[in-house]
Amino acid sequence: MGLTAPAEHRTVEYVPESQEGWAVTRLDFLVNWARANSLWPMPFGTACCAIEFMATAASDFDLARFGMERMSYSPRQADVLICAGRVPFKLAPIIRRIWQQMPQPKWCISMGACASTGGMFDNYAVVQGIDTIIPVDVYVPGCPPRPEGLIYGIRMLQEKVKNERMSDTRIRDEIEPDPSSQFYIPPSVIDELGEPFGNSVNQTRSGL
Amino acid sequence: MSQFEVVQTGASAPGGPPVTQKNLPHRGGEANPSAKALQDKFRSAVTRVEVIWGETIVYVDPTAVHEAIRWLHNDPSQRYDFLSDVTAVEYRDAEIPIEVVWHLRSLPFRRFLRIKSQLEKGAPLEIDSVYDIYRAADWLERECYDMFGIRFVGHPDLRRLLMWESYKEGYPLRKDFPLRGRFSRSEQLRQALAQNPEARYSMEELTIADAFAELPEDMRERLNKGERTGE
Repeated sequence: MGLTAPAEHRTVEYVPESQEGWAVTRLDFLVNWARANSLWPMPFGTACCAIEFMATAASDFDLARFGMERMSYSPRQADVLICAGRVPFKLAPIIRRIWQQMPQPKWCISMGACASTGGMFDNYAVVQGIDTIIPVDVYVPGCPPRPEGLIYGIRMLQEKVKNERMSDTRIRDEIEPDPSSQFYIPPSVIDELGEPFGNSVNQTRSGL
Repeated sequence: MSQFEVVQTGASAPGGPPVTQKNLPHRGGEANPSAKALQDKFRSAVTRVEVIWGETIVYVDPTAVHEAIRWLHNDPSQRYDFLSDVTAVEYRDAEIPIEVVWHLRSLPFRRFLRIKSQLEKGAPLEIDSVYDIYRAADWLERECYDMFGIRFVGHPDLRRLLMWESYKEGYPLRKDFPLRGRFSRSEQLRQALAQNPEARYSMEELTIADAFAELPEDMRERLNKGERTGE
């Protein structure tokens, strides 16, 4: 096993020929290296993005290259929640509960336009971005994203995991929803995130 | 008619293989013979018969529609044994009543019939359920109730199907419903997060599935009190 840290970490070099059998590294580098290369995804596929996610996991694009071949259908054994597809309001408490059932450390990828913003579904039934329910680490744009796009997002998440530091005490904090409203961000922010953009303002027409 | 009679359909049916009709006129053309039979049988309850693109539409009075569908289902000369859909149509013009639509198919006679019934907008939107004739009407009528607010009298378990039960904003497919819903996004999300996703099933469903005994004690108590969703 040849461990080599990126240049900015300054320390690790292990020469297998020396036969000495020890290595020195920063503990959080080692932990992050292990975590980033064995992210177990919790697939939350609700729409067409899930088809692209399946293609990513299948042999052509082979998610196993990044240590993610083990789909964790139990949130209790999952590391990263991949929300692939639109989330209707009826699913909002369910995705919140799945997120709360996942143990730390955990991350979230919002895959596609609908999961990130509500997408074209600026209507009564669809949540305008899952970041109004749970915190999101990486947003993957696209409708749906190609597997390369999702893999790029996963690589970004791996970079984020590798740059985490133990000295950051707040990094593993659970979200604490407000007990009465179950929000973890202020309602004004949710309203602002739900504002229409582009030419979709014309959809506010109503009545006969 | 035996309940378990084998019905020959498709190419092996008595009339030979099915033929796709071509060059159909927009209006007019040959009506489904069941329309004439309905008119003879129910007379003034059948208000209008239209043939549009070769499909026969029969307008039936709301008070007689249950009896008409029962007759179509049971009569040996009709045998409409398959209910394709129950839905409703609301027009943008406020004076046109809401139409409830039943799509019936007769597999033995290879006929397709569309029954429509008009409900005035001022009155309560109520019509007889056809659940006792077709079990398939269960979820179809629940969806129609959920989206249009039409109450199907006689349905055993008329609850919302697509939206959650404590949904308060109204009936989304009605023309006076704004596309984004009536409440602000934060209020919509607050109400959505207040649902109890475990308590979505009716007592009937839970007892049939034998899942009721395995539920936690407090949830069984809550369900016994009639609670279905949180809030």
